[in-house]
Amino acid sequence: MSGPVSGPTGRRHPDTRAAWAFLAPNAVLIVLFLLVPLGWAFVLSFQAKRPFGPGTWTGFDNLTRLLADDVFWRAALNTAVFTAVTVPLMVVLGLAVALLLDKAMPGRTIARTIVYLPVVVSTVVVALIGLLLFDESIGIVNGVLADLGVGPVSWQSDGTLAMISVMLIVLWTRVGFALLIYLAALQDVDPEMLEAARVDGAGPWVLVRRMIVPTLRPTTFFLVVVNIIWSFQIFDIVYVMTNGGPGYSTTMLVTYAYDQGFGPARNFGYGAAVGVVLFLLTLLVTLLQLRGSRRHDPSEQS
Amino acid sequence: MPTWARVLVATVVTVVFALPLYAMVVVAFTPRDLLLDDGAGLWSSQWTTANFTGLFEAYPIWRWFGNALLVAGLTTVLSVVVNLLAGYALAKLRFAGRTAAFLVVLATLMIPTQAVMIPQFQVVSALGLVGFFWAVILPSASTALGIFLARQFFLAIPDELVDAAKVDGCTTFGAFRRIVLPLSRPLLAVMTLLAFMQQWNDFLWPLIALRDPDLYTLPVALRFLQGAYDADYGGIMAMALLSSIPLLVMFVLLQRWFVAGLSRSGLK
Repeated sequence: MSGPVSGPTGRRHPDTRAAWAFLAPNAVLIVLFLLVPLGWAFVLSFQAKRPFGPGTWTGFDNLTRLLADDVFWRAALNTAVFTAVTVPLMVVLGLAVALLLDKAMPGRTIARTIVYLPVVVSTVVVALIGLLLFDESIGIVNGVLADLGVGPVSWQSDGTLAMISVMLIVLWTRVGFALLIYLAALQDVDPEMLEAARVDGAGPWVLVRRMIVPTLRPTTFFLVVVNIIWSFQIFDIVYVMTNGGPGYSTTMLVTYAYDQGFGPARNFGYGAAVGVVLFLLTLLVTLLQLRGSRRHDPSEQS
Repeated sequence: MPTWARVLVATVVTVVFALPLYAMVVVAFTPRDLLLDDGAGLWSSQWTTANFTGLFEAYPIWRWFGNALLVAGLTTVLSVVVNLLAGYALAKLRFAGRTAAFLVVLATLMIPTQAVMIPQFQVVSALGLVGFFWAVILPSASTALGIFLARQFFLAIPDELVDAAKVDGCTTFGAFRRIVLPLSRPLLAVMTLLAFMQQWNDFLWPLIALRDPDLYTLPVALRFLQGAYDADYGGIMAMALLSSIPLLVMFVLLQRWFVAGLSRSGLK
């Protein structure tokens, strides 16, 4: 405001025209396929809307129906339980495997590669392998258990067991990502500090708890947030492996929204309302992350 | 922990993590009758390639692979171009509204596609894209991760380099193309791999947008085969294996780049 050359075309902003040319293709895509749909989701959630024909305004009908909808609450509860169980397990297992595979040992590269591999396998393939493992009648897990004289375990007809089978297969795919992130972060742990503590007589458990875990806190925080968001959005694995069943025992928020919008009901308005709930939940977690990362990560304060 | 104990634990962990993929391979080569009679196992008394030949006889497997390659390829090219340009503008160009533009990109992280899939489908319908690959390609091209990776990389390139090129008479785009781009090979490698992997494996949006079996990409085709094969895991695992091989091979060969990209996605 004070200098004579601080206008938009002045020396402080010499690239304005070029910059918008660089940004334009991306901006068009973001506006068209993300921001417009987001705005439209809010509009739709106040409408009764089928795929064809215009929508009719129904005010808060979708919202009141949602709040009274047992299946919606079941889906929300399932999503919460799924998140609460898988996220801590993923973090603990990821850290444990990272500590195991951090130091040099024979076969370390192969071991790391094998734990990483599920990360590049598509979620549909992961879910189909999950079915192969947990199929009640001809699946591998029950086959192995039968050889041991156990079972058959009703992985598909019992709701709780079905949820557990989904959680196990999801952990299989996600621990690799946690391992990768933790191994990168472990490079930053000062080896001299650890050596000094070891000379002072600290055992391995104390080293992990007192020195490594605190140093890795920003990384852990990041992994927790990312995995919470992924867990809120889980769709592919559940849709292919259990299709939300048996009953509604593995129905999640996104599978429910999909069923409402693209299943036989084809109720775009109601499905959009479920999507709005999902958006608000994601927003909440991300805002908590922004607050938390400022507290956890000193480098962001500069 | 002594080294032998660590090796022992690591071996157990590795075997457990390898089992699901190993089971996929075994079952893909197990005869159908054996599977239905005895159930799937970790070994087979007989081996066959009939599951694969059966697939190719009954379904347009080559076409689905072609679709997958086309969709993932085009999305990757478009994605790298638009995210590279945006990342460069946000890192190196001085313009009014730069902070605001960056905040918008940050904000898009908070909008999961799953939450807006229904209105997104309406937008794609209104644009007349349903029934074309563009229905999948265009909405998938711009990614916050791609923009972040590019911006982060360009921030590390000294301003003097760009300014010197401009003094020598380059335009803004000329400086980008002649000076910055040749330095950006590692960035391009990482962005390409991540975008390709993402699109090759993407399921929910192609499931919504590609309703015609002739247009299916591999995950959607797999879902279709799941219905057609029912409990015949041999055929399904054969297809699962085929569709996974390209990325598994790429990962093993280019692990360094994948790891670099994925771990940077974790560090802001």
